[in-house]
Amino acid sequence: MLKHIQALGAWGLGVTAGLGRATQIWCRALFALPDFRYGPRLLIQQIYYVGVFSMIIIVVSGVLIGMVLALQGYTVLVRFGAEAALGQFVSLTLLRELGPVVAALLFAGRAGSALTAEIGLMKTTEQLVAMEMIGVDPLRRVLRPRLLAGILSMPLLAQVFNAVAIWGAVMVGVHWLGVDAGSFWSNMQSSVDFSADVMNGFIKSVVFGLVVTWIAVFQGYDAEPTSAGISAATTRTVVHSSLAVLALDFFLTAVMFGIS
Amino acid sequence: MQQRQVELAVGVFILLGIIALAFLALKVSGLSFQDSRTQTYTVVAEFNNIGSLKPRAKVSIAGVTVGQVTSIRLDPLSARAVVEMAINKDVDYLTTDSIAGIKTAGVLGEQYISISVGGAPDVLEDGGKIIDTQSAVVLEDLIGKFLTNMGSKD
Repeated sequence: MLKHIQALGAWGLGVTAGLGRATQIWCRALFALPDFRYGPRLLIQQIYYVGVFSMIIIVVSGVLIGMVLALQGYTVLVRFGAEAALGQFVSLTLLRELGPVVAALLFAGRAGSALTAEIGLMKTTEQLVAMEMIGVDPLRRVLRPRLLAGILSMPLLAQVFNAVAIWGAVMVGVHWLGVDAGSFWSNMQSSVDFSADVMNGFIKSVVFGLVVTWIAVFQGYDAEPTSAGISAATTRTVVHSSLAVLALDFFLTAVMFGIS
Repeated sequence: MQQRQVELAVGVFILLGIIALAFLALKVSGLSFQDSRTQTYTVVAEFNNIGSLKPRAKVSIAGVTVGQVTSIRLDPLSARAVVEMAINKDVDYLTTDSIAGIKTAGVLGEQYISISVGGAPDVLEDGGKIIDTQSAVVLEDLIGKFLTNMGSKD
């Protein structure tokens, strides 16, 4: 009995210590003095790996999700003769919820896991320790550009996702199913508010980008330096960041759209 | 050379993101860069019952949208709903005897304000008030009236 309580305590202490280490890494990486020797070169390199490489999966899944939304929305709305509201349905669903959340989940799978594996391997092969030995702070040299790249790329990816998905919805809804283009766009424009819908979705995607890259970078940096450790850390990145995105999405939605 | 390609790809990526945001702002949310305060003027109307009218509902004349509802509040003295509307500047022929009514677009549609322009010589200024109003038709009230009429005939 006592042993189980002790195990529970050890688990709680471990979780708290992990949160502490994660916060420490985050603060030391983000609030450190910028490294002027390299300029923005490191950051651009990381945006290339994190953002540009995620573009294909974001665009393809965006088009598909927009098409599915239009098809599903049409079959329900046409029963009430309200298929003109398809634009409103698709755009609000995407801008408020699906765009930021699905883009963040894809981002966690595509870029987050790669970040964890990369940093975890750097730690396993003692590159991080070697950096410290020659007087280069790995937090500033390795983690900081990756964190910033994630925070910058995620909102851009989410906006691309939204735009492409709405294009997919236009393809299916207007060109295939024959919803009137004029009422499609005017219904959309009269119901979507820039600051309430587009900007709140944008803020959501910034928060998701921060959380996903933070988890990814921390899991890599904190990984057990073995091959099994890296694989466990990569799995944890995807699981934890997906859960964090979905939970945070609920809280952000409650704050942003809960009381209207 | 390699570095240049990376920078180019990142530049295209950021540009695409900004284009997507601009598309969402202009085409999807219908945001315009004209200052809405200088392009519109305010007209107030008091209603006994606004039904389910919401801010940002459209204001129309003969079915053509000419503005939108900006705010709805309750007047504490008369206990009537005070609806503020922003009307486009180029609609400068709202006479003082215009009638504002709350209508419903379709059976399940949203409620909006429909203004019928009168024939008085004076036009409404900024902050002017439409005296003559028609409240929203509340379906439950209609059914209630119908039922009581049925009862009185028997």
